[in-house]
Amino acid sequence: MKKIWAIFRKDMLIEFRTKDSLNSMLFFGVVVLVIFNFALGSLHDSLRSAAPGILWVAFAFSGTLGLNRVFAAEKENSCLQGLLMVPVDRGVIYLGKMLAATVFMLIAELVIFIFSLVFFNLTVWPEIPYLILVFAVGTLGFSAVGTLLSAVTVNTKMREVLLPLILFPVILPVLINAAEATNIILNSADYGQLKLPLTIMSVFTLVFGTISYLLFEYVLED
Amino acid sequence: MTRAPAAVPRLFMNMIEVRGLAKHFGRFSALRGLNLTVGAGEFVALFGRNGAGKTTFLRILAGLSRPSSGSFRIQPHGSGPARSAIGYLSHNTSLYLDLTALENLRFYAQLMGLPADTGILELKIGQVGLAGRERDPVRNYSRGMQQRLAIARAFLHNPSILLLDEPFTGLDQAGSSFLRGYLHSAHAQGKTCIMAIHDAQLGYELADRLVAIEKGVAALDVARPDVSFSEFQEALSHISAGGDTGRLPEAS
Repeated sequence: MKKIWAIFRKDMLIEFRTKDSLNSMLFFGVVVLVIFNFALGSLHDSLRSAAPGILWVAFAFSGTLGLNRVFAAEKENSCLQGLLMVPVDRGVIYLGKMLAATVFMLIAELVIFIFSLVFFNLTVWPEIPYLILVFAVGTLGFSAVGTLLSAVTVNTKMREVLLPLILFPVILPVLINAAEATNIILNSADYGQLKLPLTIMSVFTLVFGTISYLLFEYVLED
Repeated sequence: MTRAPAAVPRLFMNMIEVRGLAKHFGRFSALRGLNLTVGAGEFVALFGRNGAGKTTFLRILAGLSRPSSGSFRIQPHGSGPARSAIGYLSHNTSLYLDLTALENLRFYAQLMGLPADTGILELKIGQVGLAGRERDPVRNYSRGMQQRLAIARAFLHNPSILLLDEPFTGLDQAGSSFLRGYLHSAHAQGKTCIMAIHDAQLGYELADRLVAIEKGVAALDVARPDVSFSEFQEALSHISAGGDTGRLPEAS
């Protein structure tokens, strides 16, 4: 656990000094909201219905930018080589990186969500605990797969293009269920219906997280 | 024709045994059945042209790459990577430029499960001649200073085997002199060293044993006392030109 924390702490320290990932994630996510706000501006009454889908599009796009940096930053100065030389289970590296990616995404999501309240004129105080739960589970599923695929693409020339191409088809069950769960919270308030999408996302995260943990050792070797 | 490498008389217990190691990248073969045995405490210098397979060989030993075929054993760890016994240093420093020297070493120490107290780490940084600069971001360091810190990072866990891939690249005279002294000292402490190097003079001075890799196999393997520098240099030239090892005495 201390080793996972060391990797997480190192990534956070570097990010808060350089702000390489967060700045681009926030900017891109907010731009997506602005575009949808203008595109759907005339359908004012439908905005609340469209908000869950728009939010998760913004989360997914900005999250992909963040995931691209998870291992790309380790390529500078061959830090990845130094990391892989450390006598530690490589699954630990995966977990530390996944934790950092999840926290980066959650920070970006928080800011994007605050902007969405303004753009879509949402009032959500009673729903906030449920939204936090859905955002957390959805983001964990996203980063569980995304961290592995970020490692797979890190040595490719077109990683910025390749990552979303292979990530989005895999992550689709999480995105659909996260949007569905957010829709239930914002538009029906029948929280009993949250059980199914949350279960699907949790099972997905558990299964793909375990597979990613086990495969991680092999994806970074040439 | 290239003569098969002769067996070097061995005074050391075998630390590393490599048998028929091959590595293919698509159609390109970096290693084509390399055999090599390295004794504990031995200092082996690897020579060869760019693309001869030196770095690939070191990366396989370090567990950074998997061989396509063949095997290697590192005593007492057996087959497969033995990262706890290995320190790997290349011309890339593997340091985080946005962290300070202290933060870099603390990160690696925590990952390795070593004591990460500031006092201990400052001592390590002082040992590589960077006392007083512990809290500077590595980005502000010169190339030589970064390489010194990379030495502290790579050997933080006091490994018994040092794998060195062109460690002198980009160093000025002072940096080069420091690294040479460090390697002399490590060798004197009985550490096993394998160093890929282009500088024939420097490699000859530092090593007990001189191995040239050409086209993925060991084309020359001689003990340094058995060969003068000029003979060795001539043999290297012959090998690079695709010929044999010239008039080198074969070690028995």
